[in-house]
Amino acid sequence: MLKIGNYIFESRLFTGTGKYSSASIMEDSILASGSELVTVALKRVDLKNQIQDNLLHKLNHPHIKLLPNTSGVRNAKEAIFAAQLAREALEIDLIKLEIHPDPKYLMPDPIETLRATEELSKLGFVVLPYIHADPVLCKRLEEVGTAAVMPLGSPIGSNKGLKTIDFLEIIIDQSNVPVIVDAGIGAPSDASKAMEIGADAVLVNTAIAVSPDPIAMGNAFKLAVEAGRIAFEAKLAPQHTGASASSPLTSFLDD
Amino acid sequence: MTSFKELFDTYAWEDVKASIYNKTEADVISALQKSKRDLEDFKALISPAAASYLEQMAKLSQQISLKRFGNTIQLFAPLYLSNECNNICTYCGFSFDNKVRRKTLTEREILQEVEVIKSMGYDHVLLVTGEANQTVHVDYFKKAIELINPYFANVSIEVQPLDLPEYEALIPLGLHAVLVYQETYHREDYKKHHPKGKKSNFDYRLDTPDRLGKAKIHKMGLGVLIGLEDWRTDSFFTALHLSYLEKKYWQSKYSISFPRLRPFSGGLEPKVDMSDRELLQLICAYRIFNEEVELSLSTRESEKFRNNVLKLGITTMSAGSKTNPGGYAVEPEALEQFEISDERSPSQIAKLIKSQGYEPVWKDWDSILNPKTN
Repeated sequence: MLKIGNYIFESRLFTGTGKYSSASIMEDSILASGSELVTVALKRVDLKNQIQDNLLHKLNHPHIKLLPNTSGVRNAKEAIFAAQLAREALEIDLIKLEIHPDPKYLMPDPIETLRATEELSKLGFVVLPYIHADPVLCKRLEEVGTAAVMPLGSPIGSNKGLKTIDFLEIIIDQSNVPVIVDAGIGAPSDASKAMEIGADAVLVNTAIAVSPDPIAMGNAFKLAVEAGRIAFEAKLAPQHTGASASSPLTSFLDD
Repeated sequence: MTSFKELFDTYAWEDVKASIYNKTEADVISALQKSKRDLEDFKALISPAAASYLEQMAKLSQQISLKRFGNTIQLFAPLYLSNECNNICTYCGFSFDNKVRRKTLTEREILQEVEVIKSMGYDHVLLVTGEANQTVHVDYFKKAIELINPYFANVSIEVQPLDLPEYEALIPLGLHAVLVYQETYHREDYKKHHPKGKKSNFDYRLDTPDRLGKAKIHKMGLGVLIGLEDWRTDSFFTALHLSYLEKKYWQSKYSISFPRLRPFSGGLEPKVDMSDRELLQLICAYRIFNEEVELSLSTRESEKFRNNVLKLGITTMSAGSKTNPGGYAVEPEALEQFEISDERSPSQIAKLIKSQGYEPVWKDWDSILNPKTN
């Protein structure tokens, strides 16, 4: 079981809500994925009129928690303001901090993210910041009270898989908070791989939403994440390294 | 490079044109096979040599758009605030020398229009005016934006180019995006089409996106009016402008529109005709060249064309548009800026989008995300 702040999750697959062809297909895909934490862009929902908001309505299931995200803000100040309004309107203290001032590649700003994490943690938020796979930044975020870290596997929406794997391994090795691989996971095998190397969870959106069959793909990711986690806990068998019978370098010891 | 003009001045129109028309099928194939394309590839994709690769271009454009934007189309409505104008533009229904009744909406009238636009389902609105600096000036825009902001998630403007401090004053009030089309990058032809008024200053207009970048606008829209000059050459300069801006003002988002000259009462016949096939080629070329830029298609285009291209690279559409001030509620019969072609209502367009397996997106911004003043 995964614990983030005071929240417990059975499923280690987190999902998103963008890019779906309809709100119903989104709902069915998320249900098929078994996901219990679903991120929602504040810009897409009507906070003033939640009852009529179709997206929020479709996510109204007892096992699903909403993870509002700040996509669209460009600095810590805007992020803190948006997070506070989200907490007030949605009555949720979870916040996915997305500060990407670059709208082309959506690259997270590490400096503003660190600032906002510190401030929001002090304000009692359970902060999940989207960041580069930067091991030092992860430690700095821990120091200021982050609830988890969400390093990217490759650029958001790129479906390119775990391009940052070497850095993810260092982050996972060093982390005292849950590590959630957030962006770039393009196939269930990528999600499995992230779980095998010890990620606590993965967040997947585009790969499910844009698949020709998002519901089946939601299920495929569910199974892949479960398999990867079981494999991590069971520990992988060592890879065959091609042992040789003779010991030319050390045989002198036996002489 | 301190402004786009410096870069622009290093290019000669005729050289660019010749280079586009000299692109070969081999250039087109190479552009299609790359994973990252440059401006030379864009030239190949808009060249006559690419015409026979349109099916391939459409497939690629669709795939790339799907990855970035998903199965969605954003919807917005234009709200014409005024048709007062001191410019002479040979192609425009609002032109100073066009003897029509002029109207600028009062605050009360703006709210009447807002009510109708809201009832259509819209949450994103584009405010449009002519250029009449005596009456429709930055103070008018301030009032209009403040008035409208509580009703919409996202407010954009398409008005005369403004000075940097004016943009800086409007942005904190909730101005999200500014659309300023160069009309044509052909300096001499620009003079011919804009003989009088502040708009006749080619360089001031050319510099506008730089000012918007400096003001840190969230989004700016570029484009040319297709029909004034060779569309391929004009589109190259638009792409050049886009590339320059993206690198320099990396915190802004960009959108491209491709308005084709439409008839209006007493108007100009297009010098250059662009076929539907060519417009699709241009849309796909932009998408293949730049995976992230938003591409917007207006009601100038026909039902048939809009039905068929909405999955091929387009990200944004208007529907049920009125192009005269007061057109939604105040005085629906007044003279339009141009005749729209696709007259279907927003709900019909939303249905069409859904029938193609796409989600119409009415809201993709929230005022809580707007920049904060200190």
